[in-house]
Amino acid sequence: MTINWFKYSAPTTFYGLAGKMIPWFAVPAAILTVVGLYIGFYIAPVDATQGEFYRIIFIHVPASILSMFLYMIMAGYAALGLIFKTRLSAMMASAIAPTGALFAFISLWTGALWGKPMWGAWWMWDARLTSELILLFLYLGFIALHASIDDPRRADRAAALLAIVGSVNVPIIYFSVKWWNTLHQGSTIKFTGTSMHVAMQQAMFTMLAACWLYAIAVVLARVRSIILERERNTTWIAELPEVRS
Amino acid sequence: MKKSTMLDLLVLVIRRDLILAMRRRADVLTTLIFFVMVVSLFPLGVGPEMAMLRKMAAGVLWVAALLSSMLSLGRLFSADYLDGTLEQMMLAPQSLSMLVLGKMAAHWMVSGLPLVLMAPVLGLQFDMSVQALGVLIMGLLLGTPILSMIGAIGAALTLGLRGGGVLLSLLVLPLCIPVLIFGTGAVEAASSGLDIASHMSLLGALLVLALVFTPWVTAQALRISME
Repeated sequence: MTINWFKYSAPTTFYGLAGKMIPWFAVPAAILTVVGLYIGFYIAPVDATQGEFYRIIFIHVPASILSMFLYMIMAGYAALGLIFKTRLSAMMASAIAPTGALFAFISLWTGALWGKPMWGAWWMWDARLTSELILLFLYLGFIALHASIDDPRRADRAAALLAIVGSVNVPIIYFSVKWWNTLHQGSTIKFTGTSMHVAMQQAMFTMLAACWLYAIAVVLARVRSIILERERNTTWIAELPEVRS
Repeated sequence: MKKSTMLDLLVLVIRRDLILAMRRRADVLTTLIFFVMVVSLFPLGVGPEMAMLRKMAAGVLWVAALLSSMLSLGRLFSADYLDGTLEQMMLAPQSLSMLVLGKMAAHWMVSGLPLVLMAPVLGLQFDMSVQALGVLIMGLLLGTPILSMIGAIGAALTLGLRGGGVLLSLLVLPLCIPVLIFGTGAVEAASSGLDIASHMSLLGALLVLALVFTPWVTAQALRISME
């Protein structure tokens, strides 16, 4: 039996698959959020130096991690779309962008909320804050470029090129900003022995998993809408039960 | 007929763009005047204390250079796009990357170089020391070509779009941040008596990287925009 590996690379077939997959990501995301927040707020102990304020990291850290990973994944899809001219990859890239921008924004917002009691200021021109802000700008540039080109194929390809250029630039920007100024506390999760309490770690990783699942569910839902919008004149869309009714 | 080499092509494109720019001197001057104006607005905004101005000078000059180079980027391809020359260039058997490199070089000579030459005068308004001025000029000399080259990618991507100018800045400015950081960092290091070699080397490295990759990327962007 031969398997058609590219069966789901067509929007026609992926539309149905994505619809079936969404609940499998959305429901665990909701459950893990509740569990993670419960551990974070009720079980994890008070931090020795930061008191109760540290608890914002259960949102802040997953949001920061996701905002960075999603950019790379977006650029990856964009590159796939540009190289192999697959429509679905480009659609995935533009479906990821708003979620990535949202996480970058949440990361900045919660960082400011944490910074006020800890540093005494809402904003510090620290390396990680600044590069997160620049990452948000890169997302917004991608979205703005895509939105201002009317022809969807040209929009896909132009935005893809921008995403790739951006992803090459991200490390350069990160290191230049890092050498410029550093004030942020160092990373606490290390692969060899962490300086965190076990319950804190559990809460953090649960929230991270919840954010990942949420991101996947939302991206799938958004890519479904994009497929519907782009292919609205085709017969297979007209024959969909949700469109007919 | 003489067979034209890559270098001939480069020289040809640069010459052509320079001649075109000279026929429209007002455009070149506007950019320069904008640069001078933005820089002169800063003391009016933050107050005339010399100690503070001296500290800010490098940053102000660099940011103003960044903004004014954004202004002129829109013109990099648009005239050729509108009259169809760009299409002919893309059909030409010669390498499009080389053509683009020529256009970048001409753009820098027209919009970057005047800023570099103007910067010492403006620096004196901010009471910069001669040594700091020297470093600033060196940094600008290395950095402004990078701005033209990164900007060209944005200009090619936004070719023929409505509201292209603002969009262009939105796309390009974040990518130019490393140049700004190292350029101003060098001046700061020089004023506090530190070694400037590291900043200059990094700027040089960025310049080389940009020189290698941006013409090709810009050529790809043009192909996308012209489809």
